[in-house]
Amino acid sequence: MAEWIEACAADDIDEEDVIRFDHGGRTFAIYRSPDDEYFATDGLCTHEKVHLADGLVMDDIIECPKHNGRFNYKTGEAKRPPVCVDLRTYPVRVEAGKVLIQVG
Amino acid sequence: MGSEAGMVIVGAGECGASAALALREQGYAGPVTLIGAEPHPPYERPPLSKDAMADEAEPMPKHAASPQRLTEAGVTHLAATEVRVIDRQAKTVATADGASLGYDRLLIATGSSPRRLPLAEGSRRCVTLRTFDDALAIRAHLRAGVRVLIVGGGFIGLELAASARKLGCPVTVIEAQPRILMRGVPAEIAETIHAAHGSAGVHVLCGKGIVAVEDITGGVRIRLADGHAVEGDLCVIGIGAVPNVALAAAAGLAIDNGVAVDGNLRTGDPDIFAAGDCCSFPLALYGGRRVRLEAWRNAQEQGALAAKNMLGAGEAHDAVPWFWSDQYDLGLQIAGLPDEGVETVCRDLGADAFILFHLAADGRLVAASGIGPGNAVARDIRLAEMLIARRAAPSPEKLSAADTKLKSLLAA
Repeated sequence: MAEWIEACAADDIDEEDVIRFDHGGRTFAIYRSPDDEYFATDGLCTHEKVHLADGLVMDDIIECPKHNGRFNYKTGEAKRPPVCVDLRTYPVRVEAGKVLIQVG
Repeated sequence: MGSEAGMVIVGAGECGASAALALREQGYAGPVTLIGAEPHPPYERPPLSKDAMADEAEPMPKHAASPQRLTEAGVTHLAATEVRVIDRQAKTVATADGASLGYDRLLIATGSSPRRLPLAEGSRRCVTLRTFDDALAIRAHLRAGVRVLIVGGGFIGLELAASARKLGCPVTVIEAQPRILMRGVPAEIAETIHAAHGSAGVHVLCGKGIVAVEDITGGVRIRLADGHAVEGDLCVIGIGAVPNVALAAAAGLAIDNGVAVDGNLRTGDPDIFAAGDCCSFPLALYGGRRVRLEAWRNAQEQGALAAKNMLGAGEAHDAVPWFWSDQYDLGLQIAGLPDEGVETVCRDLGADAFILFHLAADGRLVAASGIGPGNAVARDIRLAEMLIARRAAPSPEKLSAADTKLKSLLAA
């Protein structure tokens, strides 16, 4: 069974924003949507290895800070060139004010 | 489009590839032919001065559209094929190997070429950087201790300087202007970049005219107007780029710092469009000011827009100019045209990152330029770009207050 990891406090992330979370030699991006839900994806863009947490969240889209490729961070779906490979997503739950992600 | 001669795109760079794929995304089902002078499938040029130069691994072209993707999209890619003539009456293009190809609509996406330095024409030690093959040739020389001279303190030269330093080459940059990055980059940001090169051990010589370039035994010598000379093993000329307009000019199309197009990227010939580095176009955002942009994103966006308009969409280009540069651990991003501003407001993002907001006389935000480690400025530059696109006039106090989120200004 994949492990649940505490990533951050729920209020570490503003609404419609993203932060970076590093764990076990890997890097993730943790999102808080405008409707106050939490999501997690791989931290690096699938086009070039750029940290998505430096990018801009707009509704359910994360835009890469370097080349403006876009993903739906809820599903991981690649939405705009130059990205063409989907982003891996991870299950998230919020418990007692903490954001937990299940890293597989 | 009943005749089905199809769509022909001259130039298989980022722009041409973007156009070819966009034609299919728009539902066009006729023949699409993408003709490129280079032997490679369309690839991304930005890495050529950066990772492709300095990474340990042997570089491979990073495809903007892989052969597989082009095949899947039903795009015919003619590689290593030079187009010699556009016959506007017959609506055909002729290639160097004698073939003739008809078109219903033609896109000129021929890009730009390195500006040549006449003084260096005879030198076998002087090279330029534009193509993947250029990059391979330069990379083959870059080993620790090989002395590199770079003529021109623009982006190509400075990115290459940073890459060469990573590989342990002594590097000297020679710039004729009083400072590096005179064109399009504010002085404060150029100073930060200059300092980074100084810390890395690059000799940056500004305000130095060149009077001679001489090949000498085992190297090259550049004589400066001030009487000094610098010597190196290899010299890269990076003094800007000129649009590839010969084909369009010979076909009688108007040239004005590039193939002149209207806001829809259409030339004076209703069946011929131009996009990317090779064209100049009116930018509505700045009162129709005619500009030519040499930038990756512009090439991609204009290619896609030209494709739509070749199919009759009639959409005007209204994107905010944007580009980036990476040197060492610094990332620079500029949105808009800073020279449109009369007043500058600084936002200090901490950790050696800052953004300059450029405001017009009427208070409108016309550009934002930022620099910092990694992508520290990226998000705020992106938000600034949205404000610029909306022709917003945010208060200078809020722009300078780092604790005021730019996103909140966008909502206002």
